[in-house]
Amino acid sequence: MKLRRWFLLPAWVWMSALFLAPLAIVLDYSFLSRGPYGGAAQPWTVESYQRLFDPLYLTILLRSFAMALAATAACLVLAFPAALFIARAPRHKNLYLQLVMLPFWTSFLVRTYAWMFLLRDTGLINTALQAIGIVHHPLPLLYNDGAVLLGLVYGYLPFMVLPIYATLERLDPALVEAAADLGARPFTALMRVIVPLSKAGIVAGSVLVFIPCLGAYLTPDLLGGGRTVLVGNLVQNQFTTARDWPFGSAASIVLMALVFALLWGSLRRDSEPLL
Amino acid sequence: MNRWVMKRWLAAYAVAFYVFLHVPLLILAVFSFNSSRFTVWEHFSLNWYRAVFNDPQILEGTWNSVVIALWSTTVSTLVGTLCAYGLWKRASRFLTGGLYLSLVTPEIVTGVSLLALFQWAFRWLHWQLGIYTVVLAHIAFLLPYVVIVVSARLRTIGPMLEEAAMDLGANELQAFWRVTLPLLIPGLIAAALLALTVSFDDYVITSMVAGVDSETLPMVIYAMARRGASPVINAISALITVLFGVLIVVSERVRES
Repeated sequence: MKLRRWFLLPAWVWMSALFLAPLAIVLDYSFLSRGPYGGAAQPWTVESYQRLFDPLYLTILLRSFAMALAATAACLVLAFPAALFIARAPRHKNLYLQLVMLPFWTSFLVRTYAWMFLLRDTGLINTALQAIGIVHHPLPLLYNDGAVLLGLVYGYLPFMVLPIYATLERLDPALVEAAADLGARPFTALMRVIVPLSKAGIVAGSVLVFIPCLGAYLTPDLLGGGRTVLVGNLVQNQFTTARDWPFGSAASIVLMALVFALLWGSLRRDSEPLL
Repeated sequence: MNRWVMKRWLAAYAVAFYVFLHVPLLILAVFSFNSSRFTVWEHFSLNWYRAVFNDPQILEGTWNSVVIALWSTTVSTLVGTLCAYGLWKRASRFLTGGLYLSLVTPEIVTGVSLLALFQWAFRWLHWQLGIYTVVLAHIAFLLPYVVIVVSARLRTIGPMLEEAAMDLGANELQAFWRVTLPLLIPGLIAAALLALTVSFDDYVITSMVAGVDSETLPMVIYAMARRGASPVINAISALITVLFGVLIVVSERVRES
């Protein structure tokens, strides 16, 4: 058992130096004032946290929440039938699953850029619409909330499909047959038997989508074009252009607290461990 | 709606779903072979690929990305494997909790907190942001991925073989080195390939801790994309997608074997 201690030593170093220490510094900065040349300086204050309640920043927090919620809902609606299709497919289940995962394994940046390429003024959709003559001026498809939502849904859809598929796969088909025998139409059986029984997968998928969407930075920056400011962009901006590290730190801490609370609330004791 | 109709609807929906997932990337790739810089098809050309290989910024970014990915993958795979093995012998809720939390921490928060750490450390160390800080940052966020993949492999191996080896007189280290580690190799390779792709793709964390001499390929692409679209990005995107696809297929094959 002595060996185990040595084996875990590097991981403990990782945890203290590269995970806990950075968080501790950010927590510390969040209670400091803005330094004269950027950075953080004495005295201690809770001003940064108070500023987050300023209507301007409160709106950003609420917008991020609403955006993550909308993306999660859209992913759920889109992913559930797809997961049902894969779970019920008589053959090639693995192929169908891998086809869901394939775009996910290509670069996130590339996937986001793909939508820029399609949606921009001279992009494929606008060029095609103009060529057919449906519109005469390009539609403003890119750089708005809708584009950001689309990017988030496209980016995190596989996170929703996999857990729902996993619960549907384990669902006893006899239950659905029993519902049919008792006179339930397929749609009734779906809503009253299949959906309630796949709750675990729906919850897991929703958490997996909601968490990265809440802290998203890249998608709103590229597809929102700076107009869609979410909390992730706020944090980035405070640490770069605005050089207000204490305020950026406070926003980071609040974001972390939200994510951890969410994870804590949704962790099930009977869920399968990843580690 | 009877059963049969529902089945048809579901199949039709699935087709639409897969089109939505794959067609944007396919279109992107198709237009990388277009001779025109506009989104109207002219004729087949490899000009944009030539442009990729003649752009010094792209080449330097790629080189930096490769160096960073190789270093951070090597270190995180070593540390992560040892960690997964240690946790497999006896769980540690604290360490496992830390790995989970690190995995769900928003990327931008990881980025700024590491930036804060490095700036804080620079008060004593005469370093500056550069390749080293990017490698450290990548090790920081890659570790949980490696531990998850290796742990999954360890669970399928089970403790019996090692117990048998110890009954036959092997000590702990020998049991690890000669029994478990060889069986772990596929998991190790899968973990390393995953780490390699995640590291190669990262923009958010990297951009926070990179210095002037350590611009990575995603940073170059990002800057180009923000300036406006260019078929050159389509060409790099297609190359990256193919490269990642190959790596992932290889890693899946290795993991299944």
